[in-house]
Amino acid sequence: MSVLIYAEATQGGFKKSTYEAISYGVALATKLGVDAQAVAIGSIETAALVSLGNYGVKTIHHCVDERVNTFNPIAYASVVAQAAQTAKANVVILSASFSGKGLAPRVAIKLKAALAENVIEMPDTSSGFKIKKGAYSGKAIATVSLQSEVKVISMVPNSYKVVENRQTASVNQLAVAFGANDFNIKVKETIRSNDKVALPDAELVISAGRGMKGPENWGMIEELANTLGAATACSKPVSDAGWRPHSEHVGQTGIAISPNLYIAIGISGAIQHLAGVSSSKVIVVVNKDPEAPFFKAADYGIVGDAFEIVPKLISAAKTFKASQN
Amino acid sequence: MKILVCISNVPDTTAKINFSADNKQFITDGVTFIINPYDEIALARAIELAEANGGTVTAINVGDATTEATIRKALAIGAHDAVRVNAAPRDAYFVASQIAHYASTNGYTLVLCGRESADHNGSSVPVMIAELLDVPSILFAKKLDITGNEATLEREIEGGKEVVTCTLPLVAGASEGMAEPKIPNMRGIMASRTKPLTVVEPIAVDTLSTLEQYEKPLTRSAVKMINPEDVNQLFDLIRTEKKII
Ligand SMILES: Cc1cc2nc3c(=O)[nH]c(=O)nc-3n(C[C@H](O)[C@H](O)[C@H](O)COP(=O)(O)OP(=O)(O)OC[C@H]3O[C@@H](n4cnc5c(N)ncnc54)[C@H](O)[C@@H]3O)c2cc1C
Ligand SMILES: Nc1ncnc2c1ncn2[C@@H]1O[C@H](COP(=O)(O)O)[C@@H](O)[C@H]1O
Repeated sequence: MSVLIYAEATQGGFKKSTYEAISYGVALATKLGVDAQAVAIGSIETAALVSLGNYGVKTIHHCVDERVNTFNPIAYASVVAQAAQTAKANVVILSASFSGKGLAPRVAIKLKAALAENVIEMPDTSSGFKIKKGAYSGKAIATVSLQSEVKVISMVPNSYKVVENRQTASVNQLAVAFGANDFNIKVKETIRSNDKVALPDAELVISAGRGMKGPENWGMIEELANTLGAATACSKPVSDAGWRPHSEHVGQTGIAISPNLYIAIGISGAIQHLAGVSSSKVIVVVNKDPEAPFFKAADYGIVGDAFEIVPKLISAAKTFKASQN
Repeated sequence: MKILVCISNVPDTTAKINFSADNKQFITDGVTFIINPYDEIALARAIELAEANGGTVTAINVGDATTEATIRKALAIGAHDAVRVNAAPRDAYFVASQIAHYASTNGYTLVLCGRESADHNGSSVPVMIAELLDVPSILFAKKLDITGNEATLEREIEGGKEVVTCTLPLVAGASEGMAEPKIPNMRGIMASRTKPLTVVEPIAVDTLSTLEQYEKPLTRSAVKMINPEDVNQLFDLIRTEKKII
């Protein structure tokens, strides 16, 4: 018996959300009194693979095949399901990233497993297997009871702390029997945005809305984000108007995020916007209207004109950063 | 080409979310239900593809009779016919099993969903349908074009996007950008009243998960207002009070 964690790789290495999933899986394995193992797919440097041991996994199943060097949900699901069988996994953990979401439901079907998506906490295993997940676009939390023998869990990035737990990991080459239709999806082109910090797993996010008046004013938003090492986001009308790319749109119909710090500038705080950001740990709102609804959902509020406040925030951020070095 | 569009019936985005005293039921009193916003995008693209390539669009919903107003709206927007699988959705596996069964027994080559429902937020139904049918799934699809038997899609990935191709049959989960939602016109609304809406009974599906209860997220403590003159203290304050930076 084991907990198997899918160690999602991006461009040959691992991101923080992968280490979070591993830390979560290792803690769950300890709780259940079973082994923690990982599965990794595609061309990944050995050093990176072995480094997963630093977070507590002892066995890493690695599938090397040039056909799986780019993400393909069908073939990847075959790999994860095969690893789950090899590891005799009773729980499979994935990160609820774009690709994790494309993968977890397939793995669940292959393993005849119940799936809990967007999980935010450890399960309660005192009687059965009960677990909390997001529902109603951030407006509620559902507790579901998973009844199948094998369970699949996808966890929200940034909802679990990375914990070091040094183990020596060994790598097992995993041979996978791919299905006839596994390679039906062909990747023609990959276009990487040059954002320094990817929004879905950013710890700090600077977001701006219609209060910024026009796209030409985003320079100061980017400067503040760069100073803090934050990702940038925006409200829906801003991306609808083409001021910012759709990939920055957060909210009920955009990306749902849960960073440690969310700074909202010139955003009114409509319910659909709040749905996607209210699980941020700390929210700061800058708005010139003291009646803006966002203040009710904030930890810190600053009433003022963004064009005066943001430059002050930039210099405050510079001083803060300097004081840390 | 036969296109099946999966329509989920969800609370209006401004709806207040409240639960019954035992925390097991969502209270629908005073709540308006709508077509899930992403499903409206999927439906709009399905209609465009059927117009351009020839074909029909069927809207399908797994739900009890209360969802029929929403299904009629899909007909008013332009679906040719509709199906309701007569069962309250239990979980994604239950819903996907019903839709996969209907799609395979009725020869649909393209199944379009939204990338995520506004109530369950799982992004699971489309991917499960595809796995059950053993066909490709592309979730977070921002573009979809069909030429003959081949589909070309653009999908969101971590830190960028990807152009992918695959052969039909296919299940895709629509993201923003795939199409502009269509607003029903008067003629559509009139026609929707007489378009066929078939009710079918569900197939038997194993229970894999059950809902225990709902709760609302913790509310934040009262906001602390910062004097615009003291903005330079903000980050130190967050550090000492919240310890997250
Ligand atoms: C089905 C549906 C889904 C939706 N999904 C989303 C979603 O996912 N995400 C989303 O964001 N929205 C969504 N919306 C839209 C949402 O209802 C709001 O319209 C939107 O969030 C408002 O964006 P905003 O706050 O940028 O603009 P506004 O509401 O126009 O607010 C601008 C704010 O800026 C302030 N301001 C103006 N000038 C300044 C200044 N100089 N300095 C400081 N502050 C200033 C104003 O006081 C105001 O509060 C959705 C709507 C619908 C109907
Ligand atoms: N009860 C349902 N009936 C029909 N389609 C559904 C239903 N639930 C979900 N879907 C489809 O599956 C997509 C993703 O839903 P979910 O997995 O709940 O996030 C939705 O956008 C719909 O297209």
